[in-house]
Amino acid sequence: MIVHNPKPCLRYDSRVTAAPTSAVRARGLSVVRGGKDILHGVDLDIPAGHVTGLLGPSGSGKTTLMRAMVGVQDNVTGELTVLGEPAGAAALRRRVGYDTQAASVYADLTVRANVEYFASLAGLRGSDAKDAVDAALTSVDLTFHAAQRIASLSGGERSRASLAATFVGNPELIILDEPTVGLDPVLRRALWELFRRLADDGRTLVVSSHVMDEASRCDRLILMRDGRVMASTTPDDLLADTGTTDAESAFLALIDREGSAS
Amino acid sequence: MRLTLVTAKRVLTQLRSDPRTIAMIMVLPCLIVGLIAWMFHGTDTLDRFGPVLIGFFPLFVMFLITSITTQRERSSGTLERLMTTPLRKGDLMGGYVLAFGSLSVIQALVVTGFALAVGMDMAGSVPLMILVAMLSAVLGCALGLAASAVARTEFQAVQMLPLVIVPQIFTAGIFLPREAMPTALQWIANVLPLTYSVDAMQKVTAGQGLGEIATDLVVVVLWIIGSIALGILTLRRRTD
Repeated sequence: MIVHNPKPCLRYDSRVTAAPTSAVRARGLSVVRGGKDILHGVDLDIPAGHVTGLLGPSGSGKTTLMRAMVGVQDNVTGELTVLGEPAGAAALRRRVGYDTQAASVYADLTVRANVEYFASLAGLRGSDAKDAVDAALTSVDLTFHAAQRIASLSGGERSRASLAATFVGNPELIILDEPTVGLDPVLRRALWELFRRLADDGRTLVVSSHVMDEASRCDRLILMRDGRVMASTTPDDLLADTGTTDAESAFLALIDREGSAS
Repeated sequence: MRLTLVTAKRVLTQLRSDPRTIAMIMVLPCLIVGLIAWMFHGTDTLDRFGPVLIGFFPLFVMFLITSITTQRERSSGTLERLMTTPLRKGDLMGGYVLAFGSLSVIQALVVTGFALAVGMDMAGSVPLMILVAMLSAVLGCALGLAASAVARTEFQAVQMLPLVIVPQIFTAGIFLPREAMPTALQWIANVLPLTYSVDAMQKVTAGQGLGEIATDLVVVVLWIIGSIALGILTLRRRTD
């Protein structure tokens, strides 16, 4: 049986409605990594219930910012609040889902065993766990590969398995580091549709990408360069503001503007 | 506690996908015991060294496996992901100890059974011998977890063997009675854990009971607790 356009897999969660309007708030956020300043005094607000794109070239500090949000980045200074608590607080570990840039799943386990393990860690058990695992696998279209080991999958399938492991715990805030890299266009579209459904369902998504085309898929955009936020805007405003027709040109226009201002 | 069990199950499932490793863990110690039995046929060498080897193999193997597995967890990015989940650091360490500990029980049973089958003459209690072997396996696992705090790559993890384990083999009184060693070395040996598991094994072989080896076992357990605590303390949620 082939399931087209699976329904949003995730249970309704009353906590989502109680979430503050700003899911992530940073003020003067700085990170030093290996003696180098990676983030310099970043201020940003990520609204709850939307898909926010974190865009910028490789090396602009996207991953470091995401790692700071989930509380695994060392040497963070400044203010960073996630779902109303300081980033990295123990209570957030059930509420925030994170997928690293490289698929972080166990290569010697099957897809299902991986997702089951992360479901257990999220506190799911019994039939709840089984339902959540099935739904997560369906959402990334890996049902037919469920019994395969990760090691035998393609790169794209691995990253989808890794995504399923993030979704299975039904987190309120989902932070995805370049989830669509290397995927074919059809799958990319399917994933962006999934992100959209999750946001419609009340979840907050932060999705990084270095592919500017993906900007149009987001509700909000944060454009980063050299560890600074260049713009925090919407896709339409970005184009209108820069007088361009695509995100790539808009990004360049912003850089030129900064260059002439300094 | 539940997350510890879930993690142990995950580690065991991973091991099961590598049957060759499991076979090597079970068969290689038997090969060495068999070699000794064959080489020193007609002497009491197997009777003297067999039990010590049975206590030592699990320590050696579990140390290696644990330090490499934790290193792999680090390099595959799964450790970073785990640090963002409700899994506590103690759950992760406990899961490893439980998984590898249960594997080592089987190893101890297989090797002991084989040694007896090829003619090891054993005056003491076989269950006690297996208990000591099991504790040294858990010790190896705990030392491996502690060593993974220092080792940052798989190559470094392997190098921890000559650093942490090999010196203990020499000072534990396997090759040379501890009384015959220089005083300073005796002091060092009196602190290291392998000394106590070898001592316990030698006493069990000589037919002594649980009462006589209790002190040895307590020291080994303290080392296990200390090493796991060190592993937990040095595992960082936040990394550079």
